[in-house]
Amino acid sequence: MATTATTHQTKWWSGGKSPFNLEYGKLMMWYFLMSDAFTFGAFLISYGTIRFSQNFWPDPNVVFNAFPGAGHANLPLAFVSVMTFILIISSVTMVLGVHAGHKGDKKGVIKWLAWTIVGGLAFLGCQAWEWHHLITGEHAALIDGQIQMVGQTTTVNPWGQLVDPALVSEGLKKSSIETLATIVHEHDHSHALKELMGMTKESLVGMVNVAEMHVREKGPVAFGGYFYGITGFHGFHVFSGVLINIVMLIMTQKGVFEKKGHYLMIEKAGLYWHFVDLVWVVVFLCFYLI
Amino acid sequence: MSHESNLMSPEMTFQHHTDDAEFKRRVKKTTILLSVITVIELAIGLSIYTIHKGENPSHLLVLMFKGVVCILTLAKAYYIVSVFMHLGDEIRNMIMTIVVPLLLFVWFITAFIFEGNSYKNLRNTYDPYFKETTMPKEHHTTEKEKAPEEKSGKQ
Repeated sequence: MATTATTHQTKWWSGGKSPFNLEYGKLMMWYFLMSDAFTFGAFLISYGTIRFSQNFWPDPNVVFNAFPGAGHANLPLAFVSVMTFILIISSVTMVLGVHAGHKGDKKGVIKWLAWTIVGGLAFLGCQAWEWHHLITGEHAALIDGQIQMVGQTTTVNPWGQLVDPALVSEGLKKSSIETLATIVHEHDHSHALKELMGMTKESLVGMVNVAEMHVREKGPVAFGGYFYGITGFHGFHVFSGVLINIVMLIMTQKGVFEKKGHYLMIEKAGLYWHFVDLVWVVVFLCFYLI
Repeated sequence: MSHESNLMSPEMTFQHHTDDAEFKRRVKKTTILLSVITVIELAIGLSIYTIHKGENPSHLLVLMFKGVVCILTLAKAYYIVSVFMHLGDEIRNMIMTIVVPLLLFVWFITAFIFEGNSYKNLRNTYDPYFKETTMPKEHHTTEKEKAPEEKSGKQ
């Protein structure tokens, strides 16, 4: 190719030109991304350290098994794979946008950038649903000898080890009427929740099918903090990536790059966007797969 | 393309020559590759789930599967960086300024995972309460489960 010939003839370090054949901004974007990789790396490695210091850690397939509109169906990993594909596809549309920029194809840049923004927003929407479901979803857990309905927060983790049915029966007797009514209502919709609240504790305990309940102990508290912290930090990157892409879209539409003569700015935004995808690949591995 | 040389900043000596058909082929290939790897990863993730649910989960098999998923993720990362981010097309010296510092991760990961593991072992040795409350008791539960079920039926 012609490129290899040029490489041999050029004296890269004699001055006047970028010795890396990169414009300053793009090179600095690379170094920023490298430092950002260390930031994410530090977070993830800290998570790994804590995980390795525990005897028990929740199985991600048990934690992440919900799908929007599917109710209580057990669908491990389904929703997060949708999120992963959204991000991979939006990375592809970004590549196409950068390529259109190489050719000076303004219409192509606008089209592919718009699709990338749509992908980014879709991912953020999915993440919002996932977080909301984890925080507000109530799971029966044996805490301080009694059954409590708790969500996944930074202070409580309902995904500990499964509790013996004998201990569950013990715990039920000590639980509050509200909790018992909720548990009964979950499996049996023939009674209204209000009606159940009015019953005595004994009759409610008798209505609970202990064998069907999957009551767990409290899991490691660190799970929530790390999950929300790291996926939140990644989500913040996606959010800022979407903002950057919107700015790029407006600048392209106004013809800023056309006047400049090149679309290298799109390349820098593209690098950032691919990095966000790259980080998700690793977050996906650390939180959902292993 | 003749107009391509105009579409670059003056700092650069040459533009990466990208043939349209060749580019499309490469992007298509990488997209399919990333998707296929992701599907394989998901399949492995679900197999780990089924192994955990089974009677006698083989921890060695689970560990092996997790190792495979890690390697597949590294492959995905490589393709994203080298094809989508075009790092593979840059000048070698530039690639080295990015890749060599990243080698710190080898120490970073090894040292801290070792640290966490060592902390666990120390606590299991010197903190019986920690060991008792957190150690998985899979073997005990399978034995105990049968007896209490009769008890709960009486209520």
